[in-house]
Amino acid sequence: MLVVEQLCKSFTTAQGTLPVLQGVDLRLARGSSLALMGESGSGKSTLLHLLAGLDRADSGRILIDDEPLDGRSEAALARWRRQGIGLVFQQYNLISSLDVAANLAFQARLAGRFEARWQDYLTRQLGLADLLQRYPEQLSGGQQQRVAIGRALAARPALLLADEPTGSLDEASSDQVLELMLQLVAEAGSSVLMVTHSQRLALRLEQRCLLQDGRVQDGAGR
Amino acid sequence: MSALLLTMQALLSHWRRHRVQGLSIITGLWLATALWTGVQALNSQARNDYARASAVVAGPAHAQLVAPGAQRFDQALYLQLRQLGWAVSPVVEGRLRFAAEQPLSVRLIGIEPLSLPPATNIAGIAAQDFDLQAFIGTPGQAWVGPDTLQQLGVKPGEQAVTSDGQVLPTLVLTPQLAPGIVIVDIGHAQALLHAEGQLSRLLLTDDSKPLPDAIAARLERQPGEDDTGLQRLTESFHLNLSALGLLAFVVGLFIAHAAIGLALEQRRGLIRTLRACGISLGTALSGLALELGVFALLGGLLGVATGYLLAAALLPDFAASLRGLYGASVAGHLTLSAEWWLIGVAVSVLGALLAGASSVLRAARLPLLALAQPQAWRLAQGPWLRRQAWLAGLLLLLALACYLWGNSLPTAFTLLAALLLASALLLPSVLDALLGGLARRCREPLTQWFVADSRQQLPAVSLALMALLLALAASVGVGSMTEGFRRTFTGWLDQRLAADLYVTPRDTAQALQVRDWLATQSAISTLLPSWRVELTLQGWPVQVQGIIDDPGYRSRWPLLELRAQAWEQLAGGTAVMLSEQLARRLGVQLGDRLQVLPAPAPGMTVVGLYADYGNPKGHVLVNADWLRRQRADAALSGISVNLPAEGIAPLKHELQARFALDDSRVVEQSTLKRWSTDVFSRTFAATAALNSLTLGVAGIALFISLLSLGQQRLGQLAPLWALGVRRGQLAWLSLGQTLMLSSLTVLLAIPLGVLLAWCLVAVVNVQAFGWRLPLYLFPRQLLQLALLGVLTSLLASAWPLWQLARRQPAELLRQFADET
Repeated sequence: MLVVEQLCKSFTTAQGTLPVLQGVDLRLARGSSLALMGESGSGKSTLLHLLAGLDRADSGRILIDDEPLDGRSEAALARWRRQGIGLVFQQYNLISSLDVAANLAFQARLAGRFEARWQDYLTRQLGLADLLQRYPEQLSGGQQQRVAIGRALAARPALLLADEPTGSLDEASSDQVLELMLQLVAEAGSSVLMVTHSQRLALRLEQRCLLQDGRVQDGAGR
Repeated sequence: MSALLLTMQALLSHWRRHRVQGLSIITGLWLATALWTGVQALNSQARNDYARASAVVAGPAHAQLVAPGAQRFDQALYLQLRQLGWAVSPVVEGRLRFAAEQPLSVRLIGIEPLSLPPATNIAGIAAQDFDLQAFIGTPGQAWVGPDTLQQLGVKPGEQAVTSDGQVLPTLVLTPQLAPGIVIVDIGHAQALLHAEGQLSRLLLTDDSKPLPDAIAARLERQPGEDDTGLQRLTESFHLNLSALGLLAFVVGLFIAHAAIGLALEQRRGLIRTLRACGISLGTALSGLALELGVFALLGGLLGVATGYLLAAALLPDFAASLRGLYGASVAGHLTLSAEWWLIGVAVSVLGALLAGASSVLRAARLPLLALAQPQAWRLAQGPWLRRQAWLAGLLLLLALACYLWGNSLPTAFTLLAALLLASALLLPSVLDALLGGLARRCREPLTQWFVADSRQQLPAVSLALMALLLALAASVGVGSMTEGFRRTFTGWLDQRLAADLYVTPRDTAQALQVRDWLATQSAISTLLPSWRVELTLQGWPVQVQGIIDDPGYRSRWPLLELRAQAWEQLAGGTAVMLSEQLARRLGVQLGDRLQVLPAPAPGMTVVGLYADYGNPKGHVLVNADWLRRQRADAALSGISVNLPAEGIAPLKHELQARFALDDSRVVEQSTLKRWSTDVFSRTFAATAALNSLTLGVAGIALFISLLSLGQQRLGQLAPLWALGVRRGQLAWLSLGQTLMLSSLTVLLAIPLGVLLAWCLVAVVNVQAFGWRLPLYLFPRQLLQLALLGVLTSLLASAWPLWQLARRQPAELLRQFADET
């Protein structure tokens, strides 16, 4: 269970302090999916980064199965990212020096949870079997995003955090990639929190919430 | 605003965000120009001084008459020619010694102002402007240049005293006179040189008339320049220095090339946008070329100024080694022409063109839709690596051809250059292959990434690694050669300088007296007089030394090759032995016949070759009696004495008191060895300094490459951080990558350096100096250099990694975030 309570985060800019999150409350049960929507600059990605332990909140709490995330050391946060979550970015962020096969297996091996059969299954399901020896730059955007999803799910994380995973793809590819992602998330037994602008895509998830003025306005909010 | 101006504005905006990169281009050009111009300043100063020394007497005298073998001749010949109506002017020359911490020797030139051709200049002073009475009269005038005056430690108007106690005429400062030269009236010179009634040469204005037969039998016509052979003797020394300077220049250019290439890669998008906006290819290229010109000018000006300072710092050691090795005098301060400064800046511009040409060409061929992608860069590197490997192969063939068929110093240096360049070009391919092999063995994800990412970094750091390879290999090579030479030289000195005391009397008359007196001293176990004649053989200056038959020579003379009964044949006056370098120059081998003295003296068989390190002149060993029979003018130049240790000091004092000989004329073995090793150390001081600087430049190349990469690498490192690798761990991994690449380079540099050392001792030294040294390897020195190489790369990576470790998560987050 993921619980977010009164989460606040602001950034210091040349114009002064810019509050981005001003008391966000959120709950996500194990195995469920949630679409986080909002306008550009509403703080969706910031919230995702805080949940991933990539950044620290100014105040408020994030609880993972009742264990607080804030206050953890950098090493503990790194372990959380390695073993607890899978991250999918809009810009894929694959490791350019490694081929597809190594990219797919990277996080699972890092977390010590590599399963060859699950890996093969993911590869086949994602349609990457013929591309394993290629490097990320030799792939199309949709192919790269499928590799990113495969990498994120290879370790069967408890929580998949996806930041506009289909933002760089056309509509048809978006649908295809999202379908695959949700299917595999379900098979991995993971929860998913996906940031998206698209109402159409958001409808494919079980729950939805809107981030506005630094707060969750409806949906899965407390 | 014109298109070019807009283009420049857009291009230059890059440097606001990439200051380190801009700095690295300037640094590269700066260091390259500094080291090259510094070396050229030293060489140019020396050559200017040689030219000034050889043009002391300048004017319409186009030829000169000298005696065969450059001996002095009777003044009566001059009088005969004058009586026959010949317009000739006499000159006598010799060397004077002055007591100093180390003996100072100057070249004394005696001229006869009254007979000088009308338009003649002496050190820039016209013959008609002479104050004849002051110059010729008593005490007369001794003209000296500022450097010589300073070395003598006297002031104008004073009189210097030679180590023999002779007093020179009043010293007059002559600013244009070359260092190490004193000019006096011929009468004073003959007295000072103990050469009464003797002349060294006759200046000849009319070169067309045939000499009268009686004169032609005793004097020969030579070109007018007063060529002492200094240019020829020192040529190798200057060429060696130039080669080191060139190496440093190339290493410096690597920095600039790497930075210019990186800047272009980063601006591919910008150039594409500019062209998409309607900027023509020509305008874009003009902008890039102009930008390169600005860098070249800045780097050039800085480089020339630094080169001047570097040359000034190295000049004392440089001048001392030239003086010690060749007796060449070089001024103690730099006087460089405006031309030198302009050439320095031109070299920088040329360097910038060399370093940037390939980038500008790549920009010219840049497909408009091409995107800068690191892995694509690496993949595109494949054909480049193959082309480089082909070129390296061709260069290796060239090196082989130079080794097999080359027989000159330029081919020896071509061999070295081809070998070094081929190795540098092969380095990226070799590293890529090594890392590829390693990658196949890696299973762990971080190790996999570690190797794969190192491989991806190769195109960006390969130039810096090539610079490191060259600098380290040069250090290993030159270090091994220097240490090997030191060991050989010390062993050789121990053999060659076996006498306890060396006596150099003022002249033969005194030497005979000294010899006779020494013969009466019961404490002396061995007394070895040595007779000498100086002559030229096939254009090379040669010292012919006549020795007596003594068993000591058989046991200690450092022979490299000898025939059976060699010493017996030498003692019988039917054979000669030659120094290794003279044998090479003359192309003679054991068993060949050699005409040492002009006919009617008989030719003799070469029965032995010996090492004669550090002597730029050729050396011939003959029997003393034979030499004295053939040449009545042979001088008893030195006497070596062996006696029990407790007797050395008393004998020295007695000799000095009895024959008025100063410390420079009665020298103990230990002092002579110290002088010799001092000359040796100073000779290699400039080499060692340039070597260290080259290694430093390579370190800077690596530092700048890593710093430039730092920002780029965030995109590669951030995903790992997001996947759970800690920042500290990333910094360590990056350090490990740098260390792995530099360690592999160091490992490759060591065998290359050993090969280079072999080339230096077996090929370059043979061509440059005529002697071959045994190749010694010093494992401890190799280990030290290897550690130094790794330490250099460690230091170079320290700052970029420190920055990486301190990166705020926000900076890494920017790699992911498209919005907040």
